[in-house]
Amino acid sequence: MPLLALIFYVLAIVTIASAVMVVTSRNPVHAVLFLILTFFNATGLFLLMGAEFLAMILLIIYVGAIAVLFLFVVMMLNINLVMLRQGFTSYLPLGGLIIIVLLTELIMVIGLGDIDLNIAAKATSPIPYHVPNAEAIGRVIYTQYVLAFHAAGIILLVSMIGAIVLTLRQRTDVKRQSIDKQNLLLSEEVVELVEVTRSKGV
Amino acid sequence: MDLASTFSIITPASPEIFLVISALTLLMAGLFMSTNSLKIISYSTIIILLLTAILVIQSENTLAFQGLFISDNFARFIKIIIILGAVFSILISFEHLKRSENNLFEYPLLILFTTLGMMLMTSANDLILLYMSVELQSIALYVIATIQRNTLKSTEAGLKYFVLGALSSGILLYGCSIIYGFTGTTSFNGIATFLSTNRSTSPGLIIGLIFLISGLAFKVSIAPFHMWTPDVYEGVPTPVTALFALAPKVAALALFLRVMIDPFRDLLISWQPIIAFLSIVSVLIGGLAAIMQTNIKRLMAYSSIAHMGYSLIGLASGNETGVTSVLMYLTTYTFTIIGTFSGILCMRRNDSPVENISDLTGLSDTHPIMALALMIFMLSMSGIPPLAGFFGKWFIFMSAIDADLYLLAAIGILSTVISAFYYLRIIKIMYFEEAIEPLDAIIDKKSQLALCGSAMIIVFFFLFIKPIHNTAMSSSIIGI
Repeated sequence: MPLLALIFYVLAIVTIASAVMVVTSRNPVHAVLFLILTFFNATGLFLLMGAEFLAMILLIIYVGAIAVLFLFVVMMLNINLVMLRQGFTSYLPLGGLIIIVLLTELIMVIGLGDIDLNIAAKATSPIPYHVPNAEAIGRVIYTQYVLAFHAAGIILLVSMIGAIVLTLRQRTDVKRQSIDKQNLLLSEEVVELVEVTRSKGV
Repeated sequence: MDLASTFSIITPASPEIFLVISALTLLMAGLFMSTNSLKIISYSTIIILLLTAILVIQSENTLAFQGLFISDNFARFIKIIIILGAVFSILISFEHLKRSENNLFEYPLLILFTTLGMMLMTSANDLILLYMSVELQSIALYVIATIQRNTLKSTEAGLKYFVLGALSSGILLYGCSIIYGFTGTTSFNGIATFLSTNRSTSPGLIIGLIFLISGLAFKVSIAPFHMWTPDVYEGVPTPVTALFALAPKVAALALFLRVMIDPFRDLLISWQPIIAFLSIVSVLIGGLAAIMQTNIKRLMAYSSIAHMGYSLIGLASGNETGVTSVLMYLTTYTFTIIGTFSGILCMRRNDSPVENISDLTGLSDTHPIMALALMIFMLSMSGIPPLAGFFGKWFIFMSAIDADLYLLAAIGILSTVISAFYYLRIIKIMYFEEAIEPLDAIIDKKSQLALCGSAMIIVFFFLFIKPIHNTAMSSSIIGI
């Protein structure tokens, strides 16, 4: 499939290029926008592999929520990127070492050929064929894993309670308007007519 | 599917489901009730926990939710201890919460949710539910640690706990995913079947297991994953420290036991040295680092690290005798912790809590009963017969000797001797030093009751040793 290969290479190159731009761009807003571009291309790569559920989730969660959150943070906090960059040269040797280690590992894994390409078929719960994988997940999430699914719901509830408990401040020194009380007031009680004598004041 | 068959599916998890529904109801009640809902909510939480305990006792041995959830004797034993710990921590929090200006009705509710997480942890029979339950328990605990948001110490402790906890959760999840990658299943039974059929295990699976052990060791605060414990214990309010010292540790240790003994039993040769190493490091760090402490909560933190190290000696045996000894140890640990922390809560001077060991000087003159009770707990923790702590340690070392782990038993006994130093030092301070400024008279009746009650239990533990040991023996078979 030369067409698929072509699409793959285009997506892969754009992914890597925009990932590099995320790290190197001078404007933090540009960096976040490049991050979004990276996610979009990664989505395309997932689609090519037939993992359309992961592709959707990546778009919804990473682009829809996390990248937008980053954008808000970048815009609201006045982050000075020049300051952040100051340690770049001092971290370079350590970072370079990690890159070399990771690269060696990658080459060893590919070079030794110790990859079983049919591992998916050997799994105890293989990927169901003839079924889109969103549907395959839907089939188990409400049946086999219903308990774990509900546990996830309770985790979200607890984190919501936590966020409210830790941030809600009941302020007593603020004057608030109560519409009911306002409507129940009679004009005789609150309005006082005063006869003002000329050039004397009240 | 009709209603009757649905009920038969969810019955094994009825304690947990009951807990969720009650917690949600109480949350609504707390929101819509007037500003003084704390007391009613707290008492309702205690009643709910006791009802849950009854449901736990009545549940049967079965697998549920297609093997995701397991209810066995082992889970029941641990769940009872967890509920006991939760009830205790709500009871002793009353006085503390009354003093804070906010109406924190969420506090007992968060304890309910964390208890739910812990109960699911003890019943988890699948890596997915394992991770979910650990997260549920941890997230509620992060909030509880930070609940006193106006004090710098509490927020600092909460943030530290949150950041390190999130890191350990990541390690745990990574381990789970590697294990899934190499076995092709997340179910504990599936992993056990895989390991018994495939004799040659790949090193990748061992790496996954090590990640899993590291993540769990963090939750149990086993050295070298213990760094957060002293800071968090010291920073959070004392009732929260009491909660942290008891229920989460018991739950995480139970999960540790189940994961090691049930799915990875066939890898015993691989994980036994790791567990043995972790327990040696913990007992030594717990024993040596506690000597330098001046704050009693930090001292208890190191003491708990050592206690968890002893429990891991029982796990290193890797058989039913070992599990029995851990269950016995946890039972004695529970009562000692309840007692000691009630004592620490009673330490107040000029109406504010004090936490230094030097504040206990001359306690035998000013508070003879409290001094006697604290002496009993200290002697029990250092393992003096015939107190409860002695039996806990005795069973642990016997199981290690049965499994031919002589070195482990020897180091354990050595470190017991070292740790006896700082327990005895507290007794010396209480009995043989002059009081500079006496502590306040004890006003909190609940703490006083817990103090005296657990002291009695620890002294007369040897009378009930036979029935408790029999229960622990019947609960030691993990799985069905």
